[in-house]
Parts: sequence; C-alpha cells; structure tokens
Amino acid sequence: MVEFALPKHAQVQPGKTHAAPEGAKRLKEFRIYRWNPDDGRNPQLDVFQVDLDDCAPMVLDALIKLKNEVDPSLTFRRSCREGVCGSCAMNIDGTNTLACTKAIEEVEGPVKVYPLPHMAVVKDLVPDMRHFYAQYASIEPWLKVESSPPSRERLQSKAERDKIDGLYECILCACCSTSCPSYWWNSDRYLGPAILLQAYRWLVDSRDEATGERLDQLEDPFRLYRCHTIMNCAKTCPKGLNPAKAIAEIKQMMLARQG
Amino acid sequence: MPQAYAIVDHAYDVVVVGAGGAGLRAVVGLVEQGLKTACLTKVFPTRSHTVAAQGGISAALGNMGPDDWRYHMYDTVKGSDWLGDQDAIEYMCRAAPEAIIELEHYGVPFSRTPEGKIYQRAFGGMTIEYGKSQALRTCAAADRTGHAMLHTLYQQSLRHKAEFFVEYIALDLLMDDDSACRGVLAWNLDDGTLHRFRAQSTVLATGGYGRAYFSCTSAHTCTGDGNAMVLRAGLPLQDMEFVQFHPTGIYGAGCLITEGARGEGGYLVNANGERFMERYAPSAKDLASRDVVSRAMTMEVREGRGCGKDKDHIFLHLDHLDPAVLAERLPGISESAKIFAGVDVTRQPIPVQPTVHYNMGGIPTNPGGEVLTKRGADANAKVPGLMAVGEAACVSVHGANRLGSNSLLDLVVFGRAAAQQAGKTVTKGGAAPSAPKASEERALGRFDRFRHAQGKEPTAKLRLGMQRVMQGHCAVFRTGPLLEEGVRELAAVRARLPEVSVTDRSLVWNSDLVETLELDNLMSQAAVTVSGAANRLESRGAHAREDYPERDDANWMKHTLAWCDDKGQVTIDYRPVHLETLTDEVQTIPPKPRVY
Repeated sequence: MVEFALPKHAQVQPGKTHAAPEGAKRLKEFRIYRWNPDDGRNPQLDVFQVDLDDCAPMVLDALIKLKNEVDPSLTFRRSCREGVCGSCAMNIDGTNTLACTKAIEEVEGPVKVYPLPHMAVVKDLVPDMRHFYAQYASIEPWLKVESSPPSRERLQSKAERDKIDGLYECILCACCSTSCPSYWWNSDRYLGPAILLQAYRWLVDSRDEATGERLDQLEDPFRLYRCHTIMNCAKTCPKGLNPAKAIAEIKQMMLARQG
Repeated sequence: MPQAYAIVDHAYDVVVVGAGGAGLRAVVGLVEQGLKTACLTKVFPTRSHTVAAQGGISAALGNMGPDDWRYHMYDTVKGSDWLGDQDAIEYMCRAAPEAIIELEHYGVPFSRTPEGKIYQRAFGGMTIEYGKSQALRTCAAADRTGHAMLHTLYQQSLRHKAEFFVEYIALDLLMDDDSACRGVLAWNLDDGTLHRFRAQSTVLATGGYGRAYFSCTSAHTCTGDGNAMVLRAGLPLQDMEFVQFHPTGIYGAGCLITEGARGEGGYLVNANGERFMERYAPSAKDLASRDVVSRAMTMEVREGRGCGKDKDHIFLHLDHLDPAVLAERLPGISESAKIFAGVDVTRQPIPVQPTVHYNMGGIPTNPGGEVLTKRGADANAKVPGLMAVGEAACVSVHGANRLGSNSLLDLVVFGRAAAQQAGKTVTKGGAAPSAPKASEERALGRFDRFRHAQGKEPTAKLRLGMQRVMQGHCAVFRTGPLLEEGVRELAAVRARLPEVSVTDRSLVWNSDLVETLELDNLMSQAAVTVSGAANRLESRGAHAREDYPERDDANWMKHTLAWCDDKGQVTIDYRPVHLETLTDEVQTIPPKPRVY
C-alpha cells in the first residue's frame, strides 16, 4: 500500500522549548530541526527565542548566537558568512537558501529551520552531500581541449566570455537541486539543476572542445530529461542564477544537433 | 588516560592538509607526478576561504600596458617594508605570468580585454618603472577571482582523480623524536572515526587565523589549525605580529569589499566629504598600500572625522562610476553591499572600516615549501617530512605587509613549487615511516581531554574574550603598555581554557568540540602574535608602534621566530632577512623610506 506519511522513525516530534532571554523586548521564535544519530530518537523540533535587539540581522547570526549562548550542540555547517562558500544552505521558512544572507526580518512569524529537503541527514541541519558531489564529478567539470595550448592565454572575446556569466558563479550549495521535485524522486539518476547548470557552463565555454562528448553524456532519459520546468530551482537560487534556463539551453543544443 | 580509540590507518606518499588554493594547487602537482596523495580538508574544497578572494591575482603579463616582473618584484619588496625575502619574492614575481597562463589553460573564467586577453586592473602598491605610475597588473574574473580559481583548481583535481578526505579535522602532526614529521592524525566528522595518515611528506595548507580577532573578513573556519599544530610540535612560527587590516571591510558585518573597488576608481571620504588619502599618500592616494590606507582611516576616525552617528567609520564611494562598469566588474561587492550594508552602490557610499584580513606571518619555509626552524646557529634548518604553503606559510614574500592580489599568486606559485620539491624528495610508493606512539598519545590525550571537558566556561565565551583582547590590544596602531596588557589579559583568558565546557559528547559532527579544538588552536597563535608585537620595537608595514614610529633597519630588519609551549609561554628568536636575490638578473633592492 502506498504510504503518504513519513515512516514512524522519521516523524518530527516536539522537542525542547528553551526559555526566552530575560528582559528582551523584541523576541523572535526559532523552530529548529534536531536529529542526533547517537540517541536513536526521532527527529524533533526545538523552540528557541532570540532577542532581535541583541542579534545581528541574518538567520545564520541567530543560529550562531543560539549555539554560543543556549545550546552548543546545535549543529550546522557554516564558513564564509557572506554568501560565497555555500556551506550554510538549509531550508528556512519553507525555502532553500543560505542562512548567512537570509535576513531574519524577511520571515513573518516563527522562523522554521530544517535541513535541505530530501537529503539524508547526518545530524541536525547537516545533510549528506556526497551523492551531490559525486554527480558533480560525473559530468567531468573541467576544460577539455584536444589542441595543444598556446604559449599565452587562449583568447576569448568579451561576448564569448559573457556567455559564462550567470553560470560560473554557482557555489554548489545544492539549494536548487534539493528544491526540485523531480530530483527528489529521481536523484539516483537525474543530475538535477545545479549539476546541469555546471554542465552547461562547459558547453558554452568557447575554449572547451568536448561539446559533442558532453552532450552524448547527457543524452539520457533521466540525467537531463527529468527536468519538467517546474522552476523551483530558479526561484530558490540564493545567487539569483537560473538553472532551468541552462537546462532549456542544453535541450535546445540537443535538438539543434539532431538537425 | 584517554579511552582506547580505534584508529584507521592510511599510508600515502604525501598528505596535504587543506584544500584552498594552495592545497589544491599542490595536490594537482603531486598527482600529476604520480605521487600517491591524500588531501584532508575540514570543509568541502570549494568552501575553502580562497573562494572569498575578490579582486584578482597579480602578474606582469602586460596585457593592458607595459609591465615587467622586476617592477612587480620592486613593488612587493617595498610593500613588504623590506621584511620580505628578496630571493623568494624574485621567484614568485618571475613565475607569476606563467602561473596565470596555466590557470587560464586550466579553465579559469577570467574577464577579458577587447582583444580577448586576460583583463588586468589597478591594485594598491602596484606600479611600473619602480614607482613611477600605476600598473594594471591584477588579473581578474570580475570581482570573484578567488571563487573562479578555487572552483577551477578543484575541477583540475577531479580531472586528476585526487583522493579527498572531506570534513576531516586534522588534530596533530605525528612527529618522531628527531623532530621529523611522519604524518597527521585526523578525525572524520561524518562517522566520528579517527584516522592516522602516515606519509613521507605532510604539506600544511591550512590558511590564516583571522578568527583570533573580533572583527575579520575571514571565514569562521579560518582558525590556523596548521600553525597551531606546528607550535604544538615544538616548532616556531615566523613574523606573526604582522596582521593585515584590509581598509574596506563592511562596517559592522566585516565582509570584504575588494581593493579592486578603488582600483576601478572608487575613493574614500571622511565625514567632511574630504578625499583624505590625498593628504596621506599624495601620489598613490586611495591605491596606497593597505597598511598605509588602514592607518589613514584610523587617524581620520580618531581625529573626529569619522562618518555615521558614532563617527567611527569611513565612506567608500562608487556611485560616480558607470553602473555598467559596476555590473560588469564589481557585481559581487555590489551584492554584498546591498545585503550587508543595505546600500545601493550606484547611489550611496558603502560604510567601511579597517578589518583583520590576512596573516603575513606563518610557518617559516624556503621557496620550495620546506618548513624551516632554527637549530643552534643554523637559521635554515629543515624539518624533515614537513612542508607548508599558502597563507599558513611564511616564505616570506609578504614581509611586513602584503600587497593586494599577491596572495592568490602566492597560493598557486608556491603550491606548485612545493609539489615540485616533494617530487624530488619523496620516493614514489616508498615506505611511509611511523612516528613513535608517544606523539600519537599526546594528540589523543588533547582530543580526549577536550571531548570530555566538563568545566563551566562555554567555548564561545572564552573565544569572545580572546577576540576582544586581540582587537583591543593588537590592532592597527600599537603601543608598548597596551601590548603588555594584551599579553597579560590573553594569558588570563588562556588560563581559563582548562575550565572549558563541551556539552556535545558525540563523535559524529560534534561541532561543539570542533570549535573548542579551534579555540585552543587560536589561543596559541594569538599568544605569539601579541608577544611578537610587544617584542618588536619599531614600526614596519602592518606593525605600527606609536612609541617606536620609525622603521629600525639596524636592529629590526630580521624575522621574528616565536615558539609557544603548552602553557602559553612564548619564546622569541630571529632569522635574517634574505636581501640577496635568487639570480643576477635582478639586483637587491636596497632599503629606503617607504612613501606612496
């Protein structure tokens, strides 16, 4: 029988409610997903209160404050805190984004924080990214050339270089892929928006000489064609990139070469 | 006694710790030579802090006007305030054009000139004809050069099928009784297992330790773990008192606004709207060296001409620039200014302040990346089996002050050089020697002690205490009494470390324990930094002593070496600066007053 509810051991249960800091005038509630692989218990939702007058503006600032002052076991990835490293991707207020560039004030009501959806959870807000990284490696994301390199740089016109804009900026945070229903169902075989955006980055680099080979690799009912233009990827990308467009361009290239 | 930990064994020709620009460039070079290489990293490679470098990478390519590596060398020596080693600087500046071409061939998406060549922009302290006029030398991929480079280097390491151990925390070097390094002990966050990596050579590429300070442009992960492991191994760090404050960190948030913003025509003003840099550096103005600009900004604020209601910052104007230029060349900082300062750069100035950015000091090495120490009269004694590259290393090419865009260059030039040097010293598939048990037990003891720490002091509270001492006592301007007080206050914070509390007891992704280990790492680096600063009785580059305002070449043109014992006691000695050049194709640049 089809089961529509989460399996029992995965159902999120109410967790600890931490007391509000004393004397705070502007409180914001945070409901944060917790799961510890060691204790054999179900995931739970802990409730914290943050004094906005005593906290820097971003969701990451609040998470760090809670870890520093309330519960040091709260676990999440973070590094650059300025939206370029892609470590702190998580689901905030129902949307995948970077905690470091998501302003607390943009969230109405309690701030709900979950790990990226449909990923195995390692602990709390830390998802297992290994499959995503393996998919990235599978597209052979490096410049492929047959011709021997010139003694100086390969020339590339400004117009040719412009084609890589909107692609090379990807930070591999996986917000887009893990927002894609098609990726949720078929991530074992569908590459997902982030990886396809990267694939397109090499397809349009005027210096790359492996276009045919790259298209051959993508010509597959699952790897590429599981994109159903749902557009969640473009909507959620914290860097304002448009993976759906890149995927559409790849499909166009496929059509074009069929003549 | 620490509980018995099961340890997974690995043997490699070379182990690289860290996967930023320098670590990855070393990995690519090592794997290319067929050396069995492991790369351990505490974050997935593309999340390393190289990703945050913005403005560019210097090289005398001459794409946008005449240039020569000798001019670049002159600028770097002058920028270093004559503390940089001229042989190493010659090596780097000569190798630069080739290194950039290599990056381009790897696929770095550099911005382009109308002729399709690599675009180069103006950066601070970069001149042609020995200071005559501004050079266009800094190769850029918009203002995301570090991101473009780091991703490309990771892609190259994928191409070479390099072996990565991601989210492994390096705990300690495995040292034998003759002070030779035999590998590294590490902790895998994902499943909580411990790993012993034995190797003929261990390359530390662990970056800087900006997080010793309260406000820095550095990532949370910049805790100088390699530096601290070196100190715990009884080896010295070099020139740690030289900490670069970047003039333009976003006020409050500390996020970086590239020097390239001024390179593209941006300028700084005080509360009166005055372009004050004209007074401090009449010739280079806003593109003077970073130490000079940071001091000028601090002076303006001190003298009551700071901006904002607390008169405590400076404005950076970009609003006079063509919005199309901003969109093409400075898109990343335009976004950062919007997010972190709420500023539309096409209309409003960005509030900025000098912010800790880079550590000139680090693990002393020769230009081949081999770690050096001082034994008796030998100031160049090699530490067998140990190498260091990147911000963690002190070659020294940056001396007392690094020029903007020389750090990305340092990463690739010396990452490559270290791989080549390892190719000469390491036997392919040779036996990886073991270290005595005592070394491992020390490392496990430390790990176990912190893991079970049940004191009363939260890690975050001690960290904040340390960061405030460093920020308050060892910043842009320094004085003897303030530094001495810093030494004492830091010792007081350190004395509380045995009372630290770790609440998470798990071995899987225990970030509470990670942060505590990092805090311990930061503490010893903070100690050698502030002690080195108190000890150096002169002003040079980023080390500005108000009680000793002049550079004193007679007594202080020498590198500081600092050791730190397990109680935080710092011992200081010195190494000579190499004034001699590497070849006779260039002459030693003799010391002279440094004016911009």
